[in-house]
Amino acid sequence: MNQKYIYSLIAVLALFLIAYVGSEAAGLQILFGIILPYLAIIAFLGGFIVRILDWAGSSVPFAIPTTCGQQKSLPWIKPNAIDNPTSTGAVVLRMFFEIVFFRSLFRNTRMGISNGSRVFYKWEIFLWIGSLAFHYSFLTVILRHLRFFIEPVPSAIILLENIDSFFKLEFITHIFQIGLPGFYLSGLILLAAVTYLFLRRIFIPQVKYISLAADFFPLFLIFGIAFSGILMRYVIKVDITAVKELTMGFITFHPVVPKEGISGIFYVHLFFVAILLAYFPFSKLMHMAGVFLSPTRNMANNTRAVRHINPWNYPVPVHTYEEYEDEFREKMIDAGLPVDKMPDEKPEEITADQKKEGKE
Amino acid sequence: MNNKNKIITGLIIFIGIITFPFWYNMGKAAPGIEPELSAKARAAKKCVRSASYMKAEHMQLLDAWRESVVRKGERIYVNEEGKQFNMSLSNTCLDCHSNKAQFCDRCHDYASARPYCWDCHIDNPKEKE
Repeated sequence: MNQKYIYSLIAVLALFLIAYVGSEAAGLQILFGIILPYLAIIAFLGGFIVRILDWAGSSVPFAIPTTCGQQKSLPWIKPNAIDNPTSTGAVVLRMFFEIVFFRSLFRNTRMGISNGSRVFYKWEIFLWIGSLAFHYSFLTVILRHLRFFIEPVPSAIILLENIDSFFKLEFITHIFQIGLPGFYLSGLILLAAVTYLFLRRIFIPQVKYISLAADFFPLFLIFGIAFSGILMRYVIKVDITAVKELTMGFITFHPVVPKEGISGIFYVHLFFVAILLAYFPFSKLMHMAGVFLSPTRNMANNTRAVRHINPWNYPVPVHTYEEYEDEFREKMIDAGLPVDKMPDEKPEEITADQKKEGKE
Repeated sequence: MNNKNKIITGLIIFIGIITFPFWYNMGKAAPGIEPELSAKARAAKKCVRSASYMKAEHMQLLDAWRESVVRKGERIYVNEEGKQFNMSLSNTCLDCHSNKAQFCDRCHDYASARPYCWDCHIDNPKEKE
C-alpha cells in the first residue's frame, strides 16, 4: 500500500460523501448547486490571474532553450528549424507542435539494462498516446458540456456531439442500458486514459517512486468526474431539463434550484468539478499555462547572434577601453603604443611631430 | 528579457475564452421550459410510469420496449400498478402526446437531444390532426 495514493483516494471519497450526503440528506442544494460553483469559479479565475501575473513578473535570467537537432551553423550544414529554432517563427512552430501534439512526450524513451551490463534506450510511446487521449477527450467532454450553458445550442456543439456519438453502441441489461441516449466515445476514452495514467504511476517503479499525493489527487478527481458523468448518462438517470435549468440560471446570474429536484449524483458531479476548478491554480494542473511559459521551449537558440541580457545584472562600475585610452592616450603615444583615436585637440604638436619625422 | 505584455495579452485571451458562456449569456434571462401536455394527456393524469421517472428515463423505457417488441415479439407492458399497455411509440405514447412540437421537441431541443426515434416514427398520423 502506498500512502500517497491512499490519501488522495480517501480525499476524493470524502468529497463524494460530502456532496452526496449534503445534497440528498441535508438538502443543501443551494450550497452545492449555486454557492460552491460560483466560489470555485472565482477561485479559479482569481488564482489563475495571480499565478500568471507572478510568473509574468519573474525574470528569465538565462537563455536555456533545450535543443534536439542541428543548430543553425555554416551554410552547408542543414539546420533543424523546429527542434533547434533560431527565429521567432520557428519557436512558434515548435510551441505549436509541443502544445497541440505533445511532441516532446513523443520522444519519450525508457532506459533498461540487458545482459546485465548493456544499457539500452527504448522508445516508449504509451505515455504520449495516453496523454493525447486524455487531453483531447477531456477537451471534447468540456466543449460538449457547452450545451448546458448556451441556449439555443449552437450548431458547432451539435456537430461535435454527432461526431462523438458516431459509434452507435447498444447494450441492454437489467441494470443499465446504453444506446439511448447516444453513447459518447469521449467519456469512455477519458475514463480509460485517466485509468492508464493512474496505473502507470502504480506499476512503473521509477514513476511510482516520484509520484506524490498531489499527482494522484487530480487523477482520482478526474476519474470521479468522468465516472459520475457516465453514471448519470447511462445508469442513474437525472432530469436533464432540470439540470439545464440550473446551469442556465447559473450562467446568466439568475441562479435557481429547480423545483423538481435533481438526483444527488448530479451534485456529486458538480461538486467534483467545482473542487477541480478551485484546486486548479494551486496545483500541477497549471501546466496548462506553464507550457506556454517554459523557457526551455519558448526561447530561440540564437545566443551566438543575439545577446541575452540577464535582468538580474546590477550595474557594475566598469572601466572600458575607450575610457582607459582617454586617460592614458598621451602616455601611450609617448611610449609608442598604438591608439584607436589620435588626439586632435593639439593639432600643432602633431603637425610639428610629423614635420620632425618628415625631416628625419 | 521582459515578456510581460505578451503574457498578459495571452492571459486576457484565455480569460475571455474561459468565461465565454458568461458573457455570451450576459443580460439574457434563462427561463426554464415546460413541455405542454395535450388535452388527452392531461385528462389521463398518469403516464405509463410516474412523471419524474418518465422525465429522466423515458428513453430507457422506449429502448427496452423496442428490444422487447422487435427482438422478442412481446408487446404487453405491465407497469408498477399492474396496468397493461401496448408497447408502441406511435400507438401508445404518441396517442396521448400527439403534440410533438410542444411536448417532445421542446425538451429535446433544450437539452440538445436528437433521438433517432423520429427517423421512422415521424409520419405519425396523429400529429397531422
